Amino acid sequence: MSDVAPSSTATRTPSLAAIYQSARLPLVILFLSAGAWLLVGSIFGLIASLKFHMPSFLASAAWLTYGRVRPAANNAFLYGFCLQAGMGVVIWLISRLGRAPLVQTLPIAVAACFWNLGVTLGVVGILAGDASGFENFDMPGYAAPFLFLSFVIMATFVILTFHWRTIRELYVSQWFLLSALFWFPWIFSTAALLLLVFPVRGMAQAVIAWWYSNNLQVVCLGLIGLGVLFYFIPRLTRQNLRSRPLALIAFWFLMLFGSWGGIPNSASTPAWLPTISSVATILMIIPAIAIGLNIYGTTRLVFPRPYFTESSPAEEGRSEEAPMILNFFSLGLLAFLVFSALNANAAIAEKQWFLPFAADITDFTWFVPAKSFLNTYGFFAMAIFGAVYYIVPTLFPDEKLCPKMVRVHFYLAAAGIIFIFLPFAIGGLIQGFELRNPGIPFASILKHTLHFLRIATLGDLLLLGGHIVFALNITGVVVRSYRARALRAYAEATAAIVPEGAA
Amino acid sequence: MNYGPIIFLAAFFALATSWFGLVLTPQVQLGRMQPTNNIVDQATYPLSRPGLAREGLDVYRANGCAYCHSQQARQSGVECEIAVTDAGTNQAAAVQALLKIKAVSTPAEAERLLVNASNAPPRIRRGLSRTEADAELKTLEDAGLKTDLLILPIGPDMARAWGDRRSVAEDFLYDYPVMPGSQRIGPDLANVAARQQDPDWHLRHLYAPQSEVAGSVMPPYRYLFEKRRIERARSPDALALTGKLAPEKDFEIVPKREAKALVSYLLSLRADAPLFDAPFKTTVAMPAPATNNVPGSATNSAATNATPAAPPAAK
Repeated sequence: MSDVAPSSTATRTPSLAAIYQSARLPLVILFLSAGAWLLVGSIFGLIASLKFHMPSFLASAAWLTYGRVRPAANNAFLYGFCLQAGMGVVIWLISRLGRAPLVQTLPIAVAACFWNLGVTLGVVGILAGDASGFENFDMPGYAAPFLFLSFVIMATFVILTFHWRTIRELYVSQWFLLSALFWFPWIFSTAALLLLVFPVRGMAQAVIAWWYSNNLQVVCLGLIGLGVLFYFIPRLTRQNLRSRPLALIAFWFLMLFGSWGGIPNSASTPAWLPTISSVATILMIIPAIAIGLNIYGTTRLVFPRPYFTESSPAEEGRSEEAPMILNFFSLGLLAFLVFSALNANAAIAEKQWFLPFAADITDFTWFVPAKSFLNTYGFFAMAIFGAVYYIVPTLFPDEKLCPKMVRVHFYLAAAGIIFIFLPFAIGGLIQGFELRNPGIPFASILKHTLHFLRIATLGDLLLLGGHIVFALNITGVVVRSYRARALRAYAEATAAIVPEGAA
Repeated sequence: MNYGPIIFLAAFFALATSWFGLVLTPQVQLGRMQPTNNIVDQATYPLSRPGLAREGLDVYRANGCAYCHSQQARQSGVECEIAVTDAGTNQAAAVQALLKIKAVSTPAEAERLLVNASNAPPRIRRGLSRTEADAELKTLEDAGLKTDLLILPIGPDMARAWGDRRSVAEDFLYDYPVMPGSQRIGPDLANVAARQQDPDWHLRHLYAPQSEVAGSVMPPYRYLFEKRRIERARSPDALALTGKLAPEKDFEIVPKREAKALVSYLLSLRADAPLFDAPFKTTVAMPAPATNNVPGSATNSAATNATPAAPPAAK
């Protein structure tokens, strides 16, 4: 492989500044539009949440009914933010870790625009009533080709960048990120072909939809999120990753067993499907332990804090907001560990002596969205926020993020996660225990759960606030930088022309 | 792991195993599933939904009903009951057998029970496991009694009348898309047609859920209805609304085609066919035609006599 690498780059490594410069345009598109989708998603999420206070709120318009707004919010978040910002972070990390400038910047930028076109079509389609009916794969068929092709184009050029890397040795994060680039096109094309183009019969559809949804949220986002944590936590704490073998265990287990999860115990399928899925999900506790131990061994801290031995000036990753950025990663790690434990617990079919509850309680309750929220938001989105805050200043070396806004965002996000996760989880458990008791009429179960759902609206508001701060902060850097460049160019263009020989 | 291709091979291998296990195999097993038979009357199950109900499935999908309603009744197991349908001819042996299985405590009680057997078959044993039931059946039949074995699916969902049995893959055989749902913000709909058969109730419920079910958080689906001026006479479809909901004089609320289709779909949702996968038997099969029980009503009472059914308001 290495003999194919161009000799010019094989001999000397390009400067980091040149690498960052090469990735600027696509990353700006990806991050800014991810921020916009984040806002769209959380506004729809807030509307959906408000409907639990007043069912008739915005109910007269078909496109604002709960059953459309809720999937629109989920899909805007998953495809508009998670995968898009995730792709941006992957691009940066692959160039950075391989010390290779991004190849084919323009096609990636164009593909990013087409990705956004796909997400727009998808979300509008859901609101218009064209949803596919498969959870987390709700986008209608006409959005799928855009999403698939633009992802494949972006992934291809990222893999080419990886191929032309000048540092041949691989770091742990690269395994995770490259696998994620491979994972998404496969699961997405499988789901699109077998659910939308040539739909399979009967319950096989639901099984494939569960398989897809789990592979997207747990494996694909998990691979990206863990790749990000494995890079940034050691970097910001100035330690070397403790153990490569432990990381390798996590990598293999996540791919081998994570991909088998997702079929709920209550599924109306032959029993072997939920059983095998449960076993795989329970085994997922092993990579979680391996990752926890590895990071603990690296930082020697339960909640990693930045570690600066000496105060040196503006070195990369040592900016004023670095401690706050690390908090995003630490919280993400914590959420990942808690999610893995809860997911394993909820995969066990019936109550055991060592467990207070199991799938027969948690299935069909708010506990399920609580734990998937912890994974996609608590873990993945937090890791991505941290990474974006780290990356954006490297793209615009002249501009700085507002450290205060980063801090505000962190506290809003942390409070939002608590105010959504806890009410959903506790309300879900109460709902689950009461559903098990046929003496309690359904109406009163609903009444008991409703208090918790209403508290969670506060969480939605906090998250929305955090997203506004996030979007303003990164947009500010980009706008200021481009305005400064425009002003410089304007000044140069309009500078008084000094006739030759006049001096 | 220092070479790119190895990583891709690793990812390929891992995903290929999962694809093989959770996409290809279910497709072979479930994707090629054929209709089965109702184990009682051997009728083909499932039948394709009627055309309007298929349209309704599309309305159900477009409005994301599955985000609040699951369609998967769960069952935690089965319980067997034994009913004596004929006292036989050897009363002494029958009494002995009844005493042996501890269905009665005194011979006098046993005799009283046998007298009524052919009229109203007594359910002499309840709450048995299948093995226990088989053993006791043998004892009774050896004594010349004619018996019937009842199989009652149990579990909280069954007790709420959310199904006569658990949902099985066959229930969704002809549906596209299949929307089993993951949430029970509203009640499970696997068996909704058996609980509430009145299409007008469903239409009124869609138009104004809170007027039919107090405390419901279901959003009203007014956009599936239209308000129009009464021309010559009231439309037969017009909703019978009272109080605050009633439209102004000379106006009426009429369901659009989507609303009718959706209700037709809801009325096609039943989990009450006994299948080989999920057997149940709640009515006593009488050897003689002389019986007080109308089969239909017996089904309902038998399914619900163990635990009270959820009131209609819990829909």
